Amino acid sequence: MRYEIRHRTAYEYDNDVLLSHHIARLTPRELPHQRCAEHRVETFPNATTRSTHEDHFGNTATFLTLEGAHRRLEITSLNLVEVDTPVPCDPSKTPAWEEVRDRFGLELLPDPIAPVEFVFPSPQIPRRPEFREYARASFPAGCPVLAGALDLSRRIHDDFTFDPRATSVTTPVAEFFKTRRGVCQDFAQFMIACLRSVGLPARYVSGYLETLPPPGQAKLVGADASHAWVSVWCGEPGWVDIDPTNDVRPRDRHVTVAWGRDFSDVSPLRGVIVGSGHHTLSVAVDVTPVS
Amino acid sequence: MRSWGNTVTFHRDTPLGEATPDPELGELDARYAAPRLVYDELMGPAGSPRAHWRPLIRALGRLGIGELAARGEAARQFLRENGVTYNVYGDSQGFERTWQLDPLPLLIPPGEWSRLEAGLIQRTRLLGRILEDLHGPQELLARHGLPPALVYSNPAFLRPCRGIRPVGGVPLFLHAVDLTRSPDGQWWVLGDRTQAPSGAGYALVNRIALSRVFPEEFRECQVERLAGFFQVVRDTLRGLAPQNRENPTVALLTPGAYNEAYFEHAYLARYLGFPLVEGGDLTVRDRRVFIKTLEGLRPVDVILRRVDDTFCDPLELRADSFLGVPGLVEAARAGNVAIANPLGSGIVETPAMLAFLPALCRQLLGEELRLPSVGTWWCGQERELRHVTGHLPQLVIKRAFPSAAGGEPLFGRELDPERREALLSDIRSAPHAYVGQEEMALPTAPVLLEGGLVPRSLVLRAFICASPDGVHVMPGGLTRIAAGRRGSVVSTQSGGSSKDTWVLTDGPVSTVTLLRPAPAVVRIERQPSEVPSRVADNLFWLGRYAERLEDTVRLLRVVISRLSGEGAAGAPPELPGLVKLLVALELVPAATAAEGESTAKIERQVLLLIYQASRLGSVREVLARLRHIAFVVRDRFTADTWRIFNKLQMDAQARPGHLPVTESLSLLNTLILDLAGFNGMAMENMTRGHGWLFLDIGRRLERILHVLSLLTAVVRTDPEGALLLDPLLEVADSVMTYRRRYFARPQLSGVIDLLLLDDTNPRSVAFQLKALLADVTELPSAGGGVGGAGPEGGYLEQAAARLRMADALELGEAAGREGRGGLAFLLEALTRDVTATSDALCLHYFTHADSRVS
Repeated sequence: MRYEIRHRTAYEYDNDVLLSHHIARLTPRELPHQRCAEHRVETFPNATTRSTHEDHFGNTATFLTLEGAHRRLEITSLNLVEVDTPVPCDPSKTPAWEEVRDRFGLELLPDPIAPVEFVFPSPQIPRRPEFREYARASFPAGCPVLAGALDLSRRIHDDFTFDPRATSVTTPVAEFFKTRRGVCQDFAQFMIACLRSVGLPARYVSGYLETLPPPGQAKLVGADASHAWVSVWCGEPGWVDIDPTNDVRPRDRHVTVAWGRDFSDVSPLRGVIVGSGHHTLSVAVDVTPVS
Repeated sequence: MRSWGNTVTFHRDTPLGEATPDPELGELDARYAAPRLVYDELMGPAGSPRAHWRPLIRALGRLGIGELAARGEAARQFLRENGVTYNVYGDSQGFERTWQLDPLPLLIPPGEWSRLEAGLIQRTRLLGRILEDLHGPQELLARHGLPPALVYSNPAFLRPCRGIRPVGGVPLFLHAVDLTRSPDGQWWVLGDRTQAPSGAGYALVNRIALSRVFPEEFRECQVERLAGFFQVVRDTLRGLAPQNRENPTVALLTPGAYNEAYFEHAYLARYLGFPLVEGGDLTVRDRRVFIKTLEGLRPVDVILRRVDDTFCDPLELRADSFLGVPGLVEAARAGNVAIANPLGSGIVETPAMLAFLPALCRQLLGEELRLPSVGTWWCGQERELRHVTGHLPQLVIKRAFPSAAGGEPLFGRELDPERREALLSDIRSAPHAYVGQEEMALPTAPVLLEGGLVPRSLVLRAFICASPDGVHVMPGGLTRIAAGRRGSVVSTQSGGSSKDTWVLTDGPVSTVTLLRPAPAVVRIERQPSEVPSRVADNLFWLGRYAERLEDTVRLLRVVISRLSGEGAAGAPPELPGLVKLLVALELVPAATAAEGESTAKIERQVLLLIYQASRLGSVREVLARLRHIAFVVRDRFTADTWRIFNKLQMDAQARPGHLPVTESLSLLNTLILDLAGFNGMAMENMTRGHGWLFLDIGRRLERILHVLSLLTAVVRTDPEGALLLDPLLEVADSVMTYRRRYFARPQLSGVIDLLLLDDTNPRSVAFQLKALLADVTELPSAGGGVGGAGPEGGYLEQAAARLRMADALELGEAAGREGRGGLAFLLEALTRDVTATSDALCLHYFTHADSRVS
């Protein structure tokens, strides 16, 4: 599939902002099953400084500075992305989950090294006995790791309710576990917490999902949203994506932008402003299929 | 920053032996009994002093223990007067403490020092190589050098810093190592400080204090000088600059006046000749760092930081930090600023890493580790975990990572069975987060206490500076002393003292000083410049509070003198008027002026105005404000100014005794003299740059407001001028002038002329306005010139015009009249003008510093 993706963030400030710095992670990644044909970030007013670098996880980060008094800031990312369905991975062919877990014992030299980073607790995702308890039901002895992870995704999808009003970007995983309501970020971070709590490497993926309008209706502009899901390390087959919010394995409707240990590593925009007063924020995402 | 707050080290209770007194020590203190079973710096195993101590003992023996104590007191006096302090967190009594120094130095003989030095140099190189790898290719993780868990689960591993190559190529610039000794004299490393190590400045201050009180002994002992080390520090920092290599700007970044080691930051900045800045003084534009100065933005090439890693940039590191500079990581990434130590260097402070250093040293340097670290077992490994859980009573349990919360070490032997079980279960649930460390007995050294020498445990902090052309060790260090006889913790936060550290030499002593080396081309640098807006703001308020304090003291002195003069025989006739004046100035409650209020009650109110710190406008309250602001800008003062300020502080702490009124009067007299000294020093010894201008402007604005409020209150309470004119002239220090001029009892018109209109009286409003108008023409303007940036000059002109048109005789007659032309009207208008001037200055120079420079 080919998509045109437009992701616009607008800040409205109460008072003049004299100077602001931002770090954006809005550039879709290049992957075996994903190519980014066009990409640009536009700002209004114009950024006085911009530069990009590859971060520790290989994501593209863009540093932006805006000088001069402004009360409104718009940052728009425009992309043309081509996504194929990744080569499917047969859950029953993946190694037993204990085997994957034991490859990441503290003392051993993990092979490969990279996944070990995603076993440990991270700023927004703790490891907790109650998460392990919850996860264990999906991982009976000898269960293939991907089969277990898919079962976990199904249970989370069944046990938890999607509710955009229940949480914010900083809601702790433990609270989501208690209230059982939240959005994709909460679903993904909770599933990662479960996987790590049983000793499996899992990472947080941020991106976009093409949503389909109800049958017979036209799609509304700006109706899409940025999305988040989970990638679990499955040994030989490598990282396999799972979307617990929709309980699906991403195919060609999920567009990957960045990954990290949790939301704090991949937040699409992070900024510091010099000025006083409050601000309001609005985000609009459009994922439009093109031929 | 917890740069050493968490440097807690341990030893077993020192078994104090009954060693036989030594005849050689006899002249000094024959009773000194070195403990057995630990290394004593002074006494050798045979029960006699070690050879390298003999010259000093002979020299001190000539002085005698009494003189030694006197010199120690002189050194302490020096530290007190110079405001050498250490801030103690969570101390309600007094946040700031005078730095403690024992008069006996720690001596290290040449041969021993060169071995230790070689070990320290190797260690700095090793940690530098580790840092380079961890922020770069991370080959150590793949090659079994370090378990990946030690990096990836370590909060000190800062992912945004991965891939940033240190500008200037020095991955670890300043390194501090805490050292102890085993009973056989072998040095052991307790821990490393690698992000913003503190203590080098205190070592320098200790040296300056001690070499002043023991000049001959210092010469005789052939002690290595410290200045050469600081010269290397300064030159290396300048050499790191990525641009402006001829004349780079190096700034010392401090977390601010409330950091525990702020004194040191200010001291080092002055000693090295670098501006001292806080995060708010710096800004990032176009991926470059600038200082916000009154004239605009000035590029910064090198930052010597005393802010911990994670606090340095709220954009990419801790978002809740107010101490950092947004965009600093990006500026470093772009290679536009050298930061020493580079961001992320805290990861090699990780206690668990100590266990891996011997292998890493072989792998990275192809050498054996020269200087061993205290035995450390990282529980992330099976065998080590078994060792730790099996030997808990002999071990100290610490967090494996340099962590913030829950970082207090636990002594295995002190735990009851219940707490031991809890700890074991914590360790088993997250083994990678814990280390066990061997509990080491610390060495002892003699400390002068109550007229005798007693042994106290010590830890030596050594300082190493790496430059592109080599690694240099400070020949000396900071020796810290445990507070108690059996103190098991040596930490400056928990009390305790320090020692100067004398490295002895066989050869000639090199005598470098930090006077600027002659540059190739001599540039005359006149423009003092680069006053950060924050500093100008603080100096402005310093001027205002210093003046406010003086005004308050003068006013109260007049009142107190009326209370004490007549004794119990009855209140002087002026007293009721004065009380009304205090009421009108809102300094005492209205009830104080009620008819028939007893003198005792009035006296009580007035004394409260001196001593009650919680009372708005009291001497103590204003002094607290002055102290706060002076504390924040003290790097701007000369040593003499600071000494006088400290005297003022100490004098003001006096409490009223059994003759409260008499004693208070003499206290107020003392304070007036102290203030005169402080003001004189601050005024005379500061170059006439922008900093000085703001100090002067603050002082003059405050003085005008004071005179105006006094006159307003007098007009309101005593329109006839029958009672208050004498005291008013006294408060305004203008009695002599008036008498010389009029030879008569004061009349309102005369007083108005003298205090408002006469521009030759240095206490008058007209005089201040003239001076202020001259000051504001010197202020920087937006374009980089002078002449001021805002409307402040206009307000001042307006006030001056009002005075020019005023007529003293008319005003005196119209004193009681309301409306235009009346004195009250004029006073009100002048107050408005002056307040508007103050607001305009704040707006243009302090608050919105950014808007002028974009």
